[in-house]
Amino acid sequence: MILDNNKRNPSQIQPSEITPREVFEDRRHFIKAAGAGLIAGAIASTQATKVIAGEIKTDANAKKPAAKTGATQKTLTFKKTAYGEGEKLTKFEDVTTYNNYYEFGTDKSDPATHSTLFKPRPWSISIEGAVKKAKTISIEDLLKLAPLEERIYRMRCVEGWSMVIPWVGLPLASLIKWAEPTGNAKYIEFISANDALTMPGVRVPVLDWPYVEGLRMDEANHPLTLLAVGLYGEVLPNQNGAPVRLVTPWKYGFKGAKAIVKIRFVEKMPVTTWVKTGPSEYGFYANVNPFVDHPRWTQSSEKRIGAGLFAGRIKTEMFNGYPEVGQMYAGMDLRKYF
Amino acid sequence: MYAQRVFYAKCLIWVFAFIPILRLVWLGVNDDLTANPVEFVERSTGTWALVFLLLSLSMTPIRLLTKQVWQIQLRRLLGLWMFAYACLHITTYVWLDYGFVWADIAKDIIKHPYVIVGFTAYLLTIPLALTSNSAMIKRLKSKWKTLHQAVYLISILVILHFWWLVKKDVTEPFYYAAVLCILLGIRAYYKAIASKNKL
Repeated sequence: MILDNNKRNPSQIQPSEITPREVFEDRRHFIKAAGAGLIAGAIASTQATKVIAGEIKTDANAKKPAAKTGATQKTLTFKKTAYGEGEKLTKFEDVTTYNNYYEFGTDKSDPATHSTLFKPRPWSISIEGAVKKAKTISIEDLLKLAPLEERIYRMRCVEGWSMVIPWVGLPLASLIKWAEPTGNAKYIEFISANDALTMPGVRVPVLDWPYVEGLRMDEANHPLTLLAVGLYGEVLPNQNGAPVRLVTPWKYGFKGAKAIVKIRFVEKMPVTTWVKTGPSEYGFYANVNPFVDHPRWTQSSEKRIGAGLFAGRIKTEMFNGYPEVGQMYAGMDLRKYF
Repeated sequence: MYAQRVFYAKCLIWVFAFIPILRLVWLGVNDDLTANPVEFVERSTGTWALVFLLLSLSMTPIRLLTKQVWQIQLRRLLGLWMFAYACLHITTYVWLDYGFVWADIAKDIIKHPYVIVGFTAYLLTIPLALTSNSAMIKRLKSKWKTLHQAVYLISILVILHFWWLVKKDVTEPFYYAAVLCILLGIRAYYKAIASKNKL
């Protein structure tokens, strides 16, 4: 799939897929802005980041796309929502430099440094399995399925840390409706990009590539479940799962499949990557649960990224503080189905 | 002749040993300890404790391979720096990571295998550090050697600690394990030769 995206005959490339001139030219604007930041940096290094961030913000307000390290970085149009109101956001810098994304390497800093060759456009997702008609949807058409909204969600990693991220995306339910699943669709399987040319991590067999995740149909249709295409009002950076990723805030972060190339509607519970890797450590449901411990990490408390060296830990909430999902698991032994 | 060499080598060790600490302080002051500073400090102090452990364990193989004996006088200093970094490591864990919440710390130690082995290794280093001075060496006589052979057990526990902590990619602990195997292997080889010669 990803090879289809990246290794096409030039004659097959649609004119619309080529970076628009204003975006291209705006990169120069960004470089200038960054240059201004550097000069300011000579005066006070801590203020330099603020200046650069400020420049991007200004661009965003003027509805002009800003460009960053080769990838087309655009501001998205979206509506604000009440999700996560009053939460203190994790810094953009932390959200985009501390990532678990093994396709780009196993170190937290690898995805930010090793994802520059990855091309999130053009992109399409292949919809397969128990649907009326198997089909493919381009990222552009996906964005038209529902108005984009910003949702501030807590993200709890199974490793015991958490962030608060302002995602921009659309409910997965809108894609499911478009896909027209048949009665046999009980689960959804997400398959991530697996391109050895642009994703150096997949050349190493740390995991069984491609990355596979899955949800039960009711979980997939839950209003909290989001297909994220951006964060902080901008197009999703490569290291955060560009161009489109799954976000299920009541589950551990690894459920959030990144760079999705294929979505399959299936009858049987998919065997997901981490379940295959360590069935005693990672479950299919992977709901955040302070009462079910992990063999490696304490799950009753967590460290909030960006809180600083002396902040200590905060209590982890059941379902990561999203109790509205609880009814989907009524009557299930969550110790068994962790 | 050797006294001067030992003196310079010790100076070098002191300078070298302070670099990681100063680096952490520098990064801390500049708010540059990554997005997860506690984990970073935990990892850094733990790694350096392991490095000093392996350095202290390499003095005997160097003696065996080079037939020189002077560097054995550096072993205590290297071992004590290992203990110093282990103390910083455990302080980071108890204070910065768990904020002295002893109930949570106890739970973490009991429930998680990698923490049990790491904590056990730390407890075992305490008597070694306390008996490292010359007076104790004289007082304990042959028992001292037996006691300090606990370092082999500590080294294995520490490697397990690292190996079990890693989620999937064991490349890094593998390298340290390989170094430990080489160091212990050289000892075993010379021991085998020695016992053969006796026969």
